[in-house]
Amino acid sequence: MESKNKNNHSILRIEGLKKYFPIRRGFLQKIHGWVKAVDGVSFEIEQGKTMGLVGESGCGKTTVARLILKLLESDAGKIIFQGHDIRRFSEKEMKPYRKEIQIIFQDPFGSLNPRMTIGQSIEEGIRILGNKHATNRKERLETLLSMVGMSSDSSDRYPHEFSGGQRQRIGIARALSVEPSLIVCDEPVSALDVSIQAQIINLLKDLQDQLGLSYLFISHDLNVVGYLCNTISVMYKGHIMEFASSEDIFNHPHHPYTISLLSAIPDPDPDIKWHVKPSNGHIGDSDVVPEGCKYQDRCTIAETACLKDKMVFEKVRENHFVRCWKAAKNHGSSPD
Amino acid sequence: MNMVEKKLSNDFYIESPLPPKRTRMQEFQRHFGQNRLAILGLFIFILFFCCAVTGLFLTSGSRPIFDPAMVRLQEKLRPPLAKPNLDSLQPQEVPALGVYLMGTDDLGRDVFARMLQGAWVSLTVGFVAVGISVLIGIFMGGIAGYFGQHHIRTDHILFTLALILGTGLVIVNYTFIGIVIILLCLAYIFYSCLARHESTEKETPVLKAVLHSNAVSVDTLIMRIVDIMLCFPSFFLILTVVALLPASIYNIMIVIGLTSWMGTTRFVRAEFLSLREQDFVAAAKALGLSNFRIIFRHIMPNAIAPVLVSATIGIASAILTEAGLSFLGFGVPPPHATWGNILSNGKNFIFDAPWLTFIPGVAILIVVLSFNLFGEGLRDVMNPKLRERH
Ligand SMILES: Nc1ncnc2c1ncn2[C@@H]1O[C@H](COP(=O)(O)OP(=O)(O)OP(=O)(O)O)[C@@H](O)[C@H]1O
Ligand code: SF4
Ligand SMILES: [Mg+2]
Repeated sequence: MESKNKNNHSILRIEGLKKYFPIRRGFLQKIHGWVKAVDGVSFEIEQGKTMGLVGESGCGKTTVARLILKLLESDAGKIIFQGHDIRRFSEKEMKPYRKEIQIIFQDPFGSLNPRMTIGQSIEEGIRILGNKHATNRKERLETLLSMVGMSSDSSDRYPHEFSGGQRQRIGIARALSVEPSLIVCDEPVSALDVSIQAQIINLLKDLQDQLGLSYLFISHDLNVVGYLCNTISVMYKGHIMEFASSEDIFNHPHHPYTISLLSAIPDPDPDIKWHVKPSNGHIGDSDVVPEGCKYQDRCTIAETACLKDKMVFEKVRENHFVRCWKAAKNHGSSPD
Repeated sequence: MNMVEKKLSNDFYIESPLPPKRTRMQEFQRHFGQNRLAILGLFIFILFFCCAVTGLFLTSGSRPIFDPAMVRLQEKLRPPLAKPNLDSLQPQEVPALGVYLMGTDDLGRDVFARMLQGAWVSLTVGFVAVGISVLIGIFMGGIAGYFGQHHIRTDHILFTLALILGTGLVIVNYTFIGIVIILLCLAYIFYSCLARHESTEKETPVLKAVLHSNAVSVDTLIMRIVDIMLCFPSFFLILTVVALLPASIYNIMIVIGLTSWMGTTRFVRAEFLSLREQDFVAAAKALGLSNFRIIFRHIMPNAIAPVLVSATIGIASAILTEAGLSFLGFGVPPPHATWGNILSNGKNFIFDAPWLTFIPGVAILIVVLSFNLFGEGLRDVMNPKLRERH
């Protein structure tokens, strides 16, 4: 495992990660059941690359992000970051790794402290690096702001004076302030309008080229993910349904859910015809989880075998995995 | 995907212009300025503050300018603005302005001087009592909100209770039993420290499991204490405590403070609970900031505004409580004047000398009202949702 890890230069590998939230009811707050928000998720992010995590609202994407950042305690699995399983690390053991993983949030309004100026917010991170920039904090602050395309005189203003896109840039600058190697972007552009989305995405891409960053890019917009990511994981109700390179996901999708997601996006190129029909899609209720395949209640090609068998992540070709026995069985005849 | 790329046009570093610079303070002034009543409240509050502070200097010292304790039996129950009868007074007995601004009481003491002295009492009682209650409230509420999910083990609770019991016994002179209990507690600490090293898990599993089980969460414990405190009608709680303690202005402040922190605790807890889940706090944690820094630098400044508002209103109610206690004779001991005991003295002469009740009564009314108006104005400004309604 270790040697394979080194060959791939993987920066982060998740294995069987689980997080169940208790549902408490009644006067005594007895545990009534569990929301299996993340139920055995595994994936890998290579050094300097971007992995996309797509899935509909409520499938557990943000929970995965918070687990990786250890903002939430996970219940089982492994979080192997730079070769160390940090899942059970105490706050003290985490110290050297804390600053290596940073996060950018979806909501540009909640992600900045309203009582702190932009400069103060970013300096919190510069201070963490300790004496590295002790003498020229101001200079470092200006560098960071210019890296994200903000002018340096914005540093003594408060967040409410900025637009959503500007705040998102500030959030990126704050994440960069501790010189991380992996940034988890939790739907960083979902709250922005299209032209601003493009700016932010280009900014992220530029920064990756300059600094060699790795990204975990969470989104429900396949267009954006396809543009930015090298590999894509498709998530549904706490499970990864399909994992493959970006091209494979777009050109040879195997899992019925991936196919329905692709058919749902507005087609950017009218010449490409998707050989799929949309799923008979009512949104599944996330906390009533059926046995067998989680996708069975929306799947158009479901059979009785899907109800019982425990689904495994099957390899359909090099670096392409799918959690659907049917897709795995007849991948030879899948649309090319 | 061509179109996606086309969409991602190269207007990358174009920056939209920043809005004109306006600090939070300026925005605050703009909104607060529209609230006339709040301005009035603030104005009266400042006036009261000045009166109380100058009053302290004018009425204290060995030869005060306005002497609140000067008894002139020949001049008793003179109405406001009455001129003193210069023939019957010693030169040092003549009031400073040559007139009894607010009349005299049944002992011929200058009511104006007494009101000045009382203003200082009201001010300090209000501020110190609220200061105490806010400090306790922020501390308890902050812990309940931020560390609330942590659990307290059964043995820690038993241990604390035993320690309190032991100390109590020592204080009430059952020295021997008290010391034995305290020593037992220390022995238990010593034992559990040792037991942590040797993992002797098979020996007393049941007892150990019970002792080490999670009894309550910090949040539950603190909020239940708050509920219990709120069960007592606070004025009668204060009356009981004050009746047991020696009467002094400091005891009054402390007792009022100790019985009025529950509201602040609930406020602060609620604020912490919601702020703790905010993204900027998560970002601060991800940067690796310490809990201390997150609490005091990131959460507290956002939680403090509603606390200040409730503190302003709390000052008014503390002043009222003190006046009530003094009126009932449980307050600041007699030679010292407070608005409450001026009122209390005056009630015996309400038909002969109505100004003795009227003046302190109106003063209390105005000060309490101004604090409430100011506090509510602050609340409206700080809470944008309320602001929109106006
Ligand atoms: N703290 C929590 N306590 C209980 N349940 C939670 C908690 N956080 C998340 N959940 C549940 O876990 C599931 C996954 O939530 P999550 O926020 O990860 O979804 P998401 O994929 O990020 O959705 P979105 O695209 O809307 O952001 C949801 O059903 C949610 O109700
Ligand atoms: S396992 Fe069955 S239900 Fe699940 S996606 Fe495949 S075909 Fe559909
Ligand atoms: Mg989310």
